[in-house]
Amino acid sequence: MSAWLAQHGRALLWALRRLTVAPLSTLLSLLAISVALALPAGGQLLLRNGLQIAKSGAATPELSLFMSVDADRKAVDAIAQRLKHQEALKEFRLVSRGETLARFQARPGFAEVISALPGNPFPDAFVAVPRDDLSAAALEKLRAEFSHWPKVEQVQLDSAWARRLDALLHLGRIGVALLALMLGLGLVAITFTTIRLQVLTQLSEIEVSRLLGATDAFIGRPFYYFGTLQGLAGGAGAWLIVAAVAMAMRAPLEELAGLYEGGATLQSLTAIDVAILLGFATALGWLGTALSLGRHLRD
Amino acid sequence: MIRFEHVCRRYPPNIAALTDLSFNVEAGELVLVCGHSGAGKSTLLKLIAAIERPSSGAVLVNGQNVGALKRAGIAVLRRNLGLVFQDQKLLFDRNAFDNVMLPLAIAGYPPKEAGKRVRAALDKVGLAAREKALPVALSGGEQQRLAIARAVVGRPAILLADEPTAHLDQATAGDVAKIFRDFHQVGVAVLIASCDDTAFSNFVPRRLVLDHGKLQ
Ligand SMILES: Nc1ncnc2c1ncn2[C@@H]1O[C@H](COP(=O)(O)OP(=O)(O)OP(=O)(O)O)[C@@H](O)[C@H]1O
Ligand SMILES: [Mg+2]
Repeated sequence: MSAWLAQHGRALLWALRRLTVAPLSTLLSLLAISVALALPAGGQLLLRNGLQIAKSGAATPELSLFMSVDADRKAVDAIAQRLKHQEALKEFRLVSRGETLARFQARPGFAEVISALPGNPFPDAFVAVPRDDLSAAALEKLRAEFSHWPKVEQVQLDSAWARRLDALLHLGRIGVALLALMLGLGLVAITFTTIRLQVLTQLSEIEVSRLLGATDAFIGRPFYYFGTLQGLAGGAGAWLIVAAVAMAMRAPLEELAGLYEGGATLQSLTAIDVAILLGFATALGWLGTALSLGRHLRD
Repeated sequence: MIRFEHVCRRYPPNIAALTDLSFNVEAGELVLVCGHSGAGKSTLLKLIAAIERPSSGAVLVNGQNVGALKRAGIAVLRRNLGLVFQDQKLLFDRNAFDNVMLPLAIAGYPPKEAGKRVRAALDKVGLAAREKALPVALSGGEQQRLAIARAVVGRPAILLADEPTAHLDQATAGDVAKIFRDFHQVGVAVLIASCDDTAFSNFVPRRLVLDHGKLQ
């Protein structure tokens, strides 16, 4: 056990020494890895905040049900009953024809036109707010269903915005995933090269160790520590970058959020995000090391 | 312990380094492999450590056919050998202590015990005071002795030494020869390749004389 610890301790120490022996080149590799990881991590954060802002306030899609003008009190109540039992709705309210008339009469210019008409030209209407988790397709289905209800003349769904948002988010998610994939490959490539250089500086040591009976595991261990430590440090760097950028963008983003009614606040990276980021970086560092050693340690 | 059965080793294009070699070395034997330069002494030792493989025939160490070993098996074999290379193969970026530590690190000794053993081995070759020195700061003879300390530190059952007295004056060569004799007396099989055998002439009970790759 203590021998096992000693072997790992030696490998870890070696890796740390190699990382600090050429600080400038280590720093440059770390910067490259950090930036490569910060881009998809930042994209993910942006996406989530965009989603939150969009979902708050005006972004919520609404369904407007217009009754026919001749619908009586009973018909309107019947529709209200039906809406009350709709699980897909968060809330709804009645905008009575009297209310609408009063609103338009209050507007300059409209008053004369309306008073010239024989009666109240406006129908009763309902404004219904669907639940947040409904997809654009589900909203469309709801609209179709409502329009078949008795005495409902027309149902409007201001869904174009919601659909565009959906498409945009989808696009954003694919973009972030592709970015993560490409830059992850970049990280593997960076590790591959740095490990190759480390192997080249250690050739005589590797040869002698082999002659003295070192296993592949013994020879590879310090390089694995080097590669995964570099990945981990790069992940931590990416975290710092994203956190710094988020801090700088907090004020303008909150201003933007304030323009909508929801008043969303900027979400930062959660502990789980950070854990995933660091784990991803470490795993890619390990992978780059494994590929490089497989290529460069076979004599 | 070591057994050669009709071993041939040819190098490309057509150099017969060793031809039809057959012999046994028992535990505790001290064998001097002599012969002119290019006779095949180094090749013989390399075959035992699986650094080279026989072109035909078989090399057996403890009954195991060395030529058929895979990577992991070769590593195990070498951990049980003590090797002094003709070109020494010291690591020039680490000090004497760390050079001798390397085989123990590879074998996975706990650091405390390893440290004790390293000091004992350095003491045995008369380098106890130079443990912090880098190999470049050591004389040719001191480097030679450092290589010997690294070979014996793991207390192997078989010791292979290629020209271990090449860079030494007669008195020091005699001291080094005594180190090998001490090991041989505690039951270690020792094979020494040397074209100059004066240092060993006092106590070597057995010689293998090579001439152009053939046993005389
Ligand atoms: N890697 C190699 N490739 C080709 N020929 C080789 C190789 N190694 C050794 N030889 C040849 O094999 C023969 C035996 O070499 P070896 O090194 O075993 O001799 P030696 O007895 O140790 O000589 P010395 O006393 O000079 O060290 C020599 O003719 C040498 O040129
Ligand atoms: Mg030789």
